[in-house]
Amino acid sequence: MADIKQRDRPLSPHLMIYRPLYTMLLSIMHRITGVGLTLGLLMVTWWFLAAAIGEEYFAYADAMLNSIIGGLILIASAWALSFHLCNGIRHLFWDAGFGFDLQTAWRSGMAVIAASIVLTVIVVIVAIGGH
Amino acid sequence: MSYQTDRQRVEGLGSAKDGTHEWWGQRISAIALIPLVILFVLPFAHYLGADYDVIRRVYAHPFNAIVAILFFITITFHLRHGLQEVIVDYVHNKRTMTLALLLNTMFTTVLGVTGIFAVAKIAFAG
Repeated sequence: MADIKQRDRPLSPHLMIYRPLYTMLLSIMHRITGVGLTLGLLMVTWWFLAAAIGEEYFAYADAMLNSIIGGLILIASAWALSFHLCNGIRHLFWDAGFGFDLQTAWRSGMAVIAASIVLTVIVVIVAIGGH
Repeated sequence: MSYQTDRQRVEGLGSAKDGTHEWWGQRISAIALIPLVILFVLPFAHYLGADYDVIRRVYAHPFNAIVAILFFITITFHLRHGLQEVIVDYVHNKRTMTLALLLNTMFTTVLGVTGIFAVAKIAFAG
């Protein structure tokens, strides 16, 4: 009985029938940066564990994070985190019921991209200005 | 007309049965992470590359240690919810999905406990 009904149900329109918009790109980027940040968190957690274990092992982990590849992953993570943070705040405003109209969503998306780049630059400056 | 089956109409629930608390958990941790991420990342970026003794001293400081532990608790909680959302959206096979959710919970819990343990060990060693 229920099975017969199930077969007649319409499918929701597939995403690909819509004209691609940059707001759609931002939406999927939120997920991609979120999942991708797992790698950054793994590296940072490993670094802390190494610091807890001892000086010798810390030197190894610290050298990995400060290497070119480690540095590139950390800078990529800094941007992903900045983007996810800013776009996450944008999502929280939507959850509270604000900023749904097309123009506001468009502008807030642009603001998120700009802010994520500014924040990344700040983090890199702090890192270079440090030790 | 309604496309709900008779049974679903009676139960008044969607296919997921529950999940509101997951939604709230993701939002509450998101809000908590706004200050925590800033307070965690800036000192981390500043001291990355410093000597071992300096790093030990920085994270032995109560403020940095408490921020770092709160950060690890909240971010692994948020990560578990986020990855879970991705898993339930994209993994359609019920068995695979259950396994993926199980591994996700284990992975994020181990990651969180590791981070907390590491900071605590540094902090308590002084």
